[in-house]
Amino acid sequence: MVSTCFYFQVHQPLRMRPYTVFEIGRHSGYFDEQKNREILDRVSNKCYLPANNIILELLDRHPEFRASYSLSGVALEQLMQHKPRVIDSFKELVDTGRVELLDETYHHSLSFVYSRPEFMEQVRLHSKLVRELFGKSPKVFRNTELIYNNEVAAVAEKMGYEGVLAEGADHILGWRSPNFVYKPVNTKKISLLLKNYRLSDDIAFRFSERSWKEWPLTAEKFADWVNKVNGNGNTVNLFMDYETFGEHQWPETGIFNFLKKLPEEILKHPDNDFATPSEVIKKHKPVAELNMPNILSWADVERDLSAWTGNKMQQSALQQIYSMEAGIKSSGDPELIEDWRRMQISDHYYYMCTKWFGDGDVHKYFNPYDSPYDGFIAFMNILADISERLKKAREANAIKEALNAALDSI
Amino acid sequence: MKVLMFGWEFPPMNTGGLGTACYGLTKGLVQNGIGITLVLPQAATALHSSMAGLLKVRNASISKVKMRAVKSAMVAYMNPSDYEQYMLRMKGQKSIYGSNLFEEVERFAKQAAAIAREEDFDIIHAHDWMTYKAGLAAKRVSGKPLVVHVHATEFDRTGGLGANEHVSRIEKEGMEKADAVITVSGYTKQKIMENYGIPESKIKVVHNAIDKDDIPQIGQVDSGKNPNNRIKTVLYLGRITLQKGPDYFIAAAKKALEAEPNIKFVIAGSGDMEPRIIEQAAHLGIAHKVLFAGFLRDEEIHRAYRMADLYVLPSVSEPFGITPLEAVMNHTPALVSKQSGVTEVLKNCLQVDFWDVDQMANKMVAALRYKELHSELSRSSYEEASKMSWSKSAQKCIEVYGNVLGGLAHG
Repeated sequence: MVSTCFYFQVHQPLRMRPYTVFEIGRHSGYFDEQKNREILDRVSNKCYLPANNIILELLDRHPEFRASYSLSGVALEQLMQHKPRVIDSFKELVDTGRVELLDETYHHSLSFVYSRPEFMEQVRLHSKLVRELFGKSPKVFRNTELIYNNEVAAVAEKMGYEGVLAEGADHILGWRSPNFVYKPVNTKKISLLLKNYRLSDDIAFRFSERSWKEWPLTAEKFADWVNKVNGNGNTVNLFMDYETFGEHQWPETGIFNFLKKLPEEILKHPDNDFATPSEVIKKHKPVAELNMPNILSWADVERDLSAWTGNKMQQSALQQIYSMEAGIKSSGDPELIEDWRRMQISDHYYYMCTKWFGDGDVHKYFNPYDSPYDGFIAFMNILADISERLKKAREANAIKEALNAALDSI
Repeated sequence: MKVLMFGWEFPPMNTGGLGTACYGLTKGLVQNGIGITLVLPQAATALHSSMAGLLKVRNASISKVKMRAVKSAMVAYMNPSDYEQYMLRMKGQKSIYGSNLFEEVERFAKQAAAIAREEDFDIIHAHDWMTYKAGLAAKRVSGKPLVVHVHATEFDRTGGLGANEHVSRIEKEGMEKADAVITVSGYTKQKIMENYGIPESKIKVVHNAIDKDDIPQIGQVDSGKNPNNRIKTVLYLGRITLQKGPDYFIAAAKKALEAEPNIKFVIAGSGDMEPRIIEQAAHLGIAHKVLFAGFLRDEEIHRAYRMADLYVLPSVSEPFGITPLEAVMNHTPALVSKQSGVTEVLKNCLQVDFWDVDQMANKMVAALRYKELHSELSRSSYEEASKMSWSKSAQKCIEVYGNVLGGLAHG
């Protein structure tokens, strides 16, 4: 018996304006509202709405069909504000009872790596928003960009999650297969699901690549590959960005027809079915313990943190933003805290990546700036402005305290 | 294969990037086994420096080039009125030169024809408009194909305003009658398709390059790059003319100083706009922050790059722009206008629209203020430029020669 487990990531960052040094201290808007809205509109129309329609059809047609999603807090916020229809259509999916929602950090941040308390707060914020919007409490956790090590599993377990997702690339797993459920070391109950990176990337990255020997990829062919797991695996975990459908892979590539046909083809084999991450975990006991002391992710060929932390600009930006944590939080200014968190969105650091000459093409495609240097300049100028605000807030608080003390003494 | 090449300036007698490019390409061609006869118009002043001096250039392979000097009063980057002024100063010798620049170009062409009759070659290669007539004359008498190499056009030199029609007509004629056209960038290719109606199929882009071993090994300079040095230096190095955007540089300097008062701006070079730029700096109240270093040569140039914390090329229209490559090879990051061809090959630099003074100033300050940005830019741009070589550019030229000669053989 093999279950196909779909998990789709939905995220849209808040792209920065080319904030200049001359705006430090002016506290003008940090984000390019027009560009963010344009991209949200485009992706909603090209991907979220049509893809959700297809998923809904598939749920109607095949009682066995399942899917799962993680929607970042910053994506949900933008959708609530500008594209409530998309939220409604996700609600429709969730209301079928066969679509599971996962938790992640609200701000799609790298906070796990830099600050444990901040990480936990952001996960709680996300969980709260999902509960408010969809009436569900996620039981499975996926970290930003599938960033994972033993610690992620331990913390997720402590926070009450039953499952956690990670990348399953060969050089990490060695001889082990991603098609089983594992138990992270030093945990008791939490289960680990690993991305079948070959089959996932066949859809997400290679689907329209004409130089690929398997092109064109049909639903029949893909179902056949899934069937081959029968007998040596319990689950085929297909984890990918939801924007694969219609945005990264354009409709002209046939990606939507592929999606429409795939469940039918997979279900032709009597031993196949579909499952959400929670269902996979319930159905299958872990086959072994997995020790992953080093951090990995699903990004680039390296599958590590180098896309966000590889150069000095990125390291400096991250070091500076997290060094502000205590000051920002003690200011008690919710707007200041929120802006500081928005500057933690992992995409800001991704745009500063300079390893362009290789797998860097992907970076360039997603980069709203002319160069990683421009991304860094905007970031640092905004951070300097946030520092100025913090200074002012502290001064205001000091005056308030002094006043209160004076009043008390009277 | 043998090439009859018409240049118009050559190190050490050059005043700009054209001479550098011509030198680099010649060297690269020789390295690829191409025989070259290089014909140079030689200004009266340069006649006094011996040919031996000309040949004593840094790279040994250049000595394999056969040099032929043609007596001429032409100097690179001259425009017709410069020429007239120049002739006034040279009164005593006037008789042997044409009375205006265009006559001079014709006279050079006649001598080129004579040389073409004497020399043995397969193909003719002419650099920029003053040599186009010479190239065409050589083509006429020899029947050999002509490749014209566009380093700049009249539209770049004048920023689109008041282009000299006579010059642009010579440019157009040269490109039309040539068997192939080489441009130094895709940017210039686009320009000559738009402004001169040259068909795309006839144009091939050969980017300029830089050779690591042409950067003089000068010792560490006591520079503003010392982190303890609070005064930072921003360098402009180039002709002070409309095309290079020095006025935008000064406007950005004014703006940058508002955010970061400890910057010194150095302008190295000379040109017709120099008085205006001095005046502009004074008018904006930043004269004490702007130093004019005058025209620099050879090692002085590289010393200037090394001393600077940031090099800026704010050109209004720059077909290529080789100076940012020189700067980054001296470990100084570059801020380059987007209207510059060099950005097609140097990705690791800061870029800005020449007219966007706010962003130009913003990026100047950022490059000086954020040390990680500075070090990352220095490192990655040096790495990027280190991969370039004139030999690689020459190979692309040879491909063009091959196509032209092959086309003739089959045509």
